[in-house]
Amino acid sequence: MCKTFQGLPGLLLILALMLSVSACQGRRPQDSASTAGEEDANRAIQNKGSDTLVNLALAWAEAYREVDPSVSIAVTGGGSGTGIAALINGTVDIANASRKMKEKEIAAAEENGVTPVEFTVAIDALAIIVNLENPVDELTIPQLSDMYTGRITNWKDVGGKDEPIILLSRETNSGTHVYFLDEVVRKGEKENEDIFAPQTLLMPSSVGITSEIRRNPNAIGYDGLGYVDPEHEKMIAVARDADGPYVAPSVASGADGSYPISRGLYMYTAGVPDGVIKTYLDWIRGPEGQAIVAELGFVPLPQE
Amino acid sequence: MTTAGNESGDKRTTGGGLRTGEQVRWGERVIETIIKLAGVSVIVIVTLIFLFLLKEGLPTFLDIPLRQLFGRRWYPIEGMFGLVPLLVGSLLVTVGAVIIAVPLGLITAIYLGEIAPPWLREILKPIIEMLAGIPSIVLGFLGWVALAPLIQRMGAPTGLTAFTGSLILAYMALPTIISISEDALYAVPKEYRDGALAIGATQWQTIWRVVLPAARTGIVIAVMLGVARAIGETMAVMMVTGNAANIPKLGPGMFFSPVRTMTATIAAEMGEVAQGSLHYSTLFGIGIVLFLVTFAINSLAARLVGTGGARRTRRGQL
Repeated sequence: MCKTFQGLPGLLLILALMLSVSACQGRRPQDSASTAGEEDANRAIQNKGSDTLVNLALAWAEAYREVDPSVSIAVTGGGSGTGIAALINGTVDIANASRKMKEKEIAAAEENGVTPVEFTVAIDALAIIVNLENPVDELTIPQLSDMYTGRITNWKDVGGKDEPIILLSRETNSGTHVYFLDEVVRKGEKENEDIFAPQTLLMPSSVGITSEIRRNPNAIGYDGLGYVDPEHEKMIAVARDADGPYVAPSVASGADGSYPISRGLYMYTAGVPDGVIKTYLDWIRGPEGQAIVAELGFVPLPQE
Repeated sequence: MTTAGNESGDKRTTGGGLRTGEQVRWGERVIETIIKLAGVSVIVIVTLIFLFLLKEGLPTFLDIPLRQLFGRRWYPIEGMFGLVPLLVGSLLVTVGAVIIAVPLGLITAIYLGEIAPPWLREILKPIIEMLAGIPSIVLGFLGWVALAPLIQRMGAPTGLTAFTGSLILAYMALPTIISISEDALYAVPKEYRDGALAIGATQWQTIWRVVLPAARTGIVIAVMLGVARAIGETMAVMMVTGNAANIPKLGPGMFFSPVRTMTATIAAEMGEVAQGSLHYSTLFGIGIVLFLVTFAINSLAARLVGTGGARRTRRGQL
């Protein structure tokens, strides 16, 4: 008897879990149904492009429902090129791009009678951080790559003390992890198949990385600029290669592109936007939209 | 459950003998059915969970070549699905926790049950049971903030190691181990002790040769429940073990290197994985492996205990 009743709370818990799982699965079709319904009201924004931006764009679209429930925003990924092509063909209202439009693309758009207008919506910059006691101030991307792939395992090889390097990274599900893999570990080379060394500590959060950096003099990690507190962590100045200038990460160096591990994230519209699209873009670039940028680990735009 | 069945069985015979009317017997039957349903539903739910796991996780074992599953690299976003580092991680953390928690828990239980004066026992026992109520995430936080820096200061390259996880898990398993083995010791009939002391055994001899063997079943169950809690714990472990899918070099130093456990892997990667992808089913595959490991531990414990021992404890509890 006693054992049966001990099992009951657990049983209820399992039932509750099952219910919540089915509730989650059931939600998705409803969402798309309501989107389709509101398109008829002609208040729908088609938003397509960069996979880097897709989560951010989805988060904005979701949050914007509470600001103006009558506007529905359909977000799709597919890559920056796809989004820009769709903008040129006039099938989307906003194209997401993690790079600037090429001259050729702008020319093609203008031939089609579309004048693309660029909006910077966020900055994607990663600061390389170490403990304040670490004597190393600057590193090159090839050095970082060698460290993170395990080819260099001691700080003395990059001008530091004779101590082992403790590598910190975000979990693999983080977009930042993938960006770091592509741009730093693989140095931006397409054919490069290097991956993180197995001894890399994978932290579940940005805060996990910063707090380990604060207490471990041999640790190195990366984090979105928004998460770094210069009083407690030291930001490393990074150069593209041994000849290049070493640039410290900042919102300014991130925005003008001189910091090598940063890029602007853009949205393009066909012509100067008005009405619903303008309101939406203003909201994205305003404090509310930029708060979401910070939440997802990107660098928010400076607010005047 | 069996105990409950026996009780109601006894009552039914008395009820039938006295012929107290249909109503009472009908009421008995309803209660019996409810109890039976509750028992059966647990089995049904466990079966359903296992079937669900199989359905979602089976592609792992069909689509990924075995050689790759036994690979040394876990990097799912590049299609590397080696489970060995995760198995080693879980094993190291759990074994460490058992090594710390079992002796400590048993000694505490023996002190509480056999040596401590009753008034002290009445104070200590509720306090120990209260420890079991501390949410694991709080312990994880404590480990992250206090324990990890301590271990780093002791000379480990980082404080986020398998040992840090073991310490937290040991602390979590301790209340279970102490409380249940102390109950088992308490259930040993007083005559056993009196008998042993009467033939001239010292208190230590009585505890070691008579009481402990008599309480064997309960102690094994206590350890088993403690281990089960340790191997399945997720959040606290994820916070303090560093989550590096690395296979440490064999030796005592391996407890002081970062590891990635199976549970932490599922928790960390489930959120963003595309449903139906190979990565998704591999996470369920890890779930199957965990299920099988726990099942193996339970069966082993059941074998160790044996049926004779089980009967003895049940009588003790009554």
